[in-house]
Amino acid sequence: MPLTGPAARPLQITRSILLGFPAALFFGGMISDIAYLRTAVIQWTNFSAWLIAGAEVFTGILLAGSAVSLVLQWRTPERTSALVLAGVLAITFIIGFLNSLQHSRDGWSSVGAPGLVMSIVATLLALIAAWVGTSQAIREGGR
Amino acid sequence: MMRRLLATSALSLAVAVAACGRPAEDLDQTGPNPQLPDRNETLIPPMRIASPTGWEGQLPTVPQGFTITAMATDLKIPRQMLVLPNGDILVAEGSGGNAPKLRPKDVIAGVIKAGGKSKVEGGNRITLLRDADGDGTPELRTVFIENLDAPYGLAFVDGNLYVANQDALLRFPYQEGQTRIATPGEVLTRLPAEVNHHWTKSLTASADGSKLYVGIGSNSNVGERGMSVEEERAVVWEIDRRTGARRTIATGIRNPTALAIEPTSSQLWAVVNERDELGPELVPDYLTSVRDGAFYGWPYSYWGRNVDPRVRPARPDLVARAIAPDYALGSHVAALGLSFATNGGFGGRFSQGAFIGEHGSWNRQDLSGYKVSWVAFSNGRPVGRPVDFVTGFLADGKARGRPVGVTFDPQRRILLIADDLSNTVWRVAPSG
Repeated sequence: MPLTGPAARPLQITRSILLGFPAALFFGGMISDIAYLRTAVIQWTNFSAWLIAGAEVFTGILLAGSAVSLVLQWRTPERTSALVLAGVLAITFIIGFLNSLQHSRDGWSSVGAPGLVMSIVATLLALIAAWVGTSQAIREGGR
Repeated sequence: MMRRLLATSALSLAVAVAACGRPAEDLDQTGPNPQLPDRNETLIPPMRIASPTGWEGQLPTVPQGFTITAMATDLKIPRQMLVLPNGDILVAEGSGGNAPKLRPKDVIAGVIKAGGKSKVEGGNRITLLRDADGDGTPELRTVFIENLDAPYGLAFVDGNLYVANQDALLRFPYQEGQTRIATPGEVLTRLPAEVNHHWTKSLTASADGSKLYVGIGSNSNVGERGMSVEEERAVVWEIDRRTGARRTIATGIRNPTALAIEPTSSQLWAVVNERDELGPELVPDYLTSVRDGAFYGWPYSYWGRNVDPRVRPARPDLVARAIAPDYALGSHVAALGLSFATNGGFGGRFSQGAFIGEHGSWNRQDLSGYKVSWVAFSNGRPVGRPVDFVTGFLADGKARGRPVGVTFDPQRRILLIADDLSNTVWRVAPSG
């Protein structure tokens, strides 16, 4: 399968679109975590739980795709970029999973300081993943 | 680098997941002063559901000098029972609750817990069993009342049968010997029914018959659906039997699943299920006298004034007046049945006290409950430790049955046990 040139463009564009989802969803989770910690209104933590679960679905899909890319691009100039992307997505997924468990606890324990910290870290990592993946797509598109 | 990071993450995840499902030490968690360990919240609560298996002709274990038989099988989720003045036995069958799934957790927990339950659909009915010759085999079995809505608590006073549906307390006029009631019941009092996370409405009548008591469980584990849905939840109501007027006599009593009158003192007692996800040995379920005006802590505190930090905003004003229950039964045993021995009970060491049906745990690795216990009473108060009365519901870590309601019948000197897993009513009687 060609990973450069016009034939690869739909794949690259799709990946770039998908990379926006974890970033937006983890970010939404972080905002609603803050809202919960400020108001103790329980609906905010319910929102967070679903937003993080949604983020995990997309992170999981991207992680699987990035593992395939890593293998296919091992002998290309994009190896480092593919490696970084897969690694960042893997860590994002693990932190998101732990944060999902945190958010499955009851009441204040569903967020607390650990939940907020994990939401912030996952948001930053998802943004990094989006940056790395999109940069790679732009480079590949230029070739 | 990446590999090490991944390996470390996976390891810490495994540790977090496996952490502390078993009790760290052997704590004494029964009686008036249970030992309470520190709270131990884990990312995944310790969970073990005993998967169902059949009895295969075997029977539960009873103490020497007693025999147990299956009095009725193939019921539709039997919960609580009542013996009418003529000796006929009524069995309430059904499953209630309509709690919406608010979080991904609710979806997942529902699937896991369903693994420990019967696949039979709740009957929404009351079955009548008539064993006039007292040999343990009913000569007659009829559907006594149909089209109920998750009936649970039953009481009989002065020619009227009272049935606690999950949304209303109903009254049915009864003629002695009747084997079927086709007329719809009259609503005496509507009961809180929104969400119905804990849907069972337990019921008993006061000693003089003038009042009915209804136990109404909380709408969450510990307030995680918000406190607005907890209005008139985790309470016991006293209802005037003639007018239907009601008064809240106890609050903060998380899930009072069975109510009964202690015969020597005429005092109302309850078995109550406490909160989950604080570790395998928190919080003990309990047996308590229901004191008028008492606040039992839920959700803000447990066993008196032990604050539960999961509940925000905190309410130190309420915690300050929380009282500790009378008698702990053990953590996560899920006490659902309560019946006092009356008129001398079975005699001997089972003359004065309470039988307690324990449905069994999910929130600890070492299965707990899954039996009928006996708590001896003296001068209207529990004494000593609970002792096993009927066991054998577990075999090789699998559940053959799960006890719910227990009913002592002083006329025949038998104990009835409703088992909502094998859909059986068991009958325990002295041998010979």
